Amino acid sequence: MKVTGAQALFKALEMEGVDTVFGIPGGAILPAYDPLIESSIRHVLCRHEQGAGHAAEGYAWATGKVGVCIATSGPGGCNLVTALADAKMDSVPVVAITGQVPTPAVGNDAFQEADMTGLTMPVTKHNMLVTRPEDVAEAIREAFHIASTGRPGPVLIDLPKDVQVNQTTWKWPEQVDLPGYKPTTKGNARQIREAVKLLMKARKPVLYVGGGVIKAEASKELMQLATASNAPVVTTLMARGAFPDSHELCLGMPGMHGNYTAVMSLQKADLIVSLGARFDDRVTGQVSSFAPHAKIVHLDIDPAEIGKVRTADVPIVGDAKDVIGRMAHELQTKLDEGGTLADRLPWLAELHKWQTDEPLRYDQQIDGPIKPQYAIEQLYRASGSETVVVSGVGQHQMWASQFWGFEHPRTWINSGGLGTMGFAVPAALGAAAGVPDKRVIAIDGDGCFQMTAQELATATTEKIPFITAIINNAYLGMVRQWQELFYGQRYSQVYLSYDVPDYVKLAEAYGAIGLRAERPEEVEAVIDKAISIDDRPVVIDFRVDQEENCFPMIPAGSPNDEIITGPEKLKPVEDPSEAPIA
Amino acid sequence: MSTHTISVLVEDRPGVLTRVAGLFAARGYNIDSLAVGPTEEEGLSRMTIVVDVAAKSLEQVTKQLNKLINVIKILEHEESSAVERELALVKVRAEGDGRARIMEICDVFRVRVLDVTQRTMTIEAIGTPDKVQALLSLLEDYGVVEMSRTGRIALARGDRGIRERVMRPVGSRKASGGEDLPDWTGGGV
Repeated sequence: MKVTGAQALFKALEMEGVDTVFGIPGGAILPAYDPLIESSIRHVLCRHEQGAGHAAEGYAWATGKVGVCIATSGPGGCNLVTALADAKMDSVPVVAITGQVPTPAVGNDAFQEADMTGLTMPVTKHNMLVTRPEDVAEAIREAFHIASTGRPGPVLIDLPKDVQVNQTTWKWPEQVDLPGYKPTTKGNARQIREAVKLLMKARKPVLYVGGGVIKAEASKELMQLATASNAPVVTTLMARGAFPDSHELCLGMPGMHGNYTAVMSLQKADLIVSLGARFDDRVTGQVSSFAPHAKIVHLDIDPAEIGKVRTADVPIVGDAKDVIGRMAHELQTKLDEGGTLADRLPWLAELHKWQTDEPLRYDQQIDGPIKPQYAIEQLYRASGSETVVVSGVGQHQMWASQFWGFEHPRTWINSGGLGTMGFAVPAALGAAAGVPDKRVIAIDGDGCFQMTAQELATATTEKIPFITAIINNAYLGMVRQWQELFYGQRYSQVYLSYDVPDYVKLAEAYGAIGLRAERPEEVEAVIDKAISIDDRPVVIDFRVDQEENCFPMIPAGSPNDEIITGPEKLKPVEDPSEAPIA
Repeated sequence: MSTHTISVLVEDRPGVLTRVAGLFAARGYNIDSLAVGPTEEEGLSRMTIVVDVAAKSLEQVTKQLNKLINVIKILEHEESSAVERELALVKVRAEGDGRARIMEICDVFRVRVLDVTQRTMTIEAIGTPDKVQALLSLLEDYGVVEMSRTGRIALARGDRGIRERVMRPVGSRKASGGEDLPDWTGGGV
């Protein structure tokens, strides 16, 4: 069967089971948008390519499938770069398709030409410039395979206009042939036995769970391992929901804004079993003083993560579902054969005491301004843990992670590694398109919201409803917090304004419902109203206390033992030269 | 810091050199030399890279290189277990008494003169990196007009080719009590 390169593209996407793509057409991708009309694939017309990229990410986070975005050459592709870098840092499976100027024009500074493979090389798992229509199907097949297997990540395919136009014979490759790409998925049996031996012997173990557990769909296996070993679990920012917050072994989030118990459990542990986590600087703080007493079992599908930050006593390369499942099985077998666990009760009692003594806290005065944490907690109470929560980056992100109760994997979506402001609205759009039967709430900052709010137009016109709760403190809040704590309250370029733009009017202009709460007593009613609407996007402007800071906090690069649990524990830095640099 | 020689077997495709070089640049490592050419197998190229990094950083470099889809195999050479060669073409001033002394040096080093003019000689220096370096430092005294070097190339000693070698990640520990750590150099994650 004769097809054009463009027809081959959509046939290949259909073969890969794609149901939704996010994109914006333009000159060099025009031929691809013609067969789209006949395709079964839904195209969500975004308003900015960065939005399309984050929407593809949100779709991938929520569904576990590969997210797809499409853009034209030059500026279109360039606008995808932030989303691709975000997907690379957070291992999100995304395939990006960009138009390119015709092959004879490549390299001639043609109109809307940019070297997309060159530009995206450091921010993709792989990329390809396809130069012949007969290679299109194979490129798509390879791209989906690379994006979704091993450590997932973004793959970009650059399609020159003539490659889209010219004809070829349709042929779907039965297999991929990538001699240099063979991820190790099956964990080494001896290492697994060694890890289980350490876990049984440890008196103060912690399971340090990262995003890899969610990507590998290994929550069930994690539950088996945690309960069989009676070992407490911390879930990183990337892993919220991998293990239920309500479980008695769950300690919540560790790291720079983690809760006291989660942070100190790692510091005092004698064994850390790292499962799909990467000892990120936001978790370890100062590496030399991180978890000084702990032996390390490090499971990751990416060998480059093992030993990168902290030397592993037992390294295991493999897929988290396979390895954790086999660890749980091995441990259960040992117990059935009469093996025993070291006495964990003193450790669990110590952790419980910390939880009682040092809970997450905030102080909502009846006659004071709305505390951001209060707004988030009320949202959680009204909406529940089946909701998919999406956040941007900053204070609101940390509060959302702290004060929401996560019970299920894939109900928390955020920009972790790259810290991309503006992630929430388009990612929520993508998530809502991917899981239309679930309620999606974007908890966003006022600074973040203004970076990508245009995708509300997409949400309205494409009938993809979700709620955006703006935690409006009129500031670039996290930057303001650092200036307050580390730069002697010398505020520089962080004030944004409560009123500009008027978020309610802006929402209405985009065809969404705009709501506002200015006093604590208004919060509940506004939330009830918002969640009663399911046929269009809703924006809530929560005018919150602009002075509220995010605690606990460990200043960047400091030892985790120096965790500051609340404002009264602060020692302000007056000399900016002493401000943290990490 | 110390110098390491690694062989990298890659697919012969556009942009692969950029990916490899870019990875070194992005992580802040300096490449001392890089030689690339075809291999015994069609469609594959082999790079020999000399890099000056600490052993731990080298481990990170090789692991990251392995993640590149077009990289098939990586081998770090230890000096004692590899043969290494380099070629340098050197145009050196050769006037008056100097000419005879340069001929003498070439004799001692058993290297050939490829071109002669009234004022210069162009010398082909082939040998181990040490030998080439020793020759160059002697020739410097006469005034080097220009020079072109291939960079180091290397093959491991013994029967086996690079694809038959099972290699642990550079610098990593063996599994405690065991040998059967997975062959991570299958490539890619």
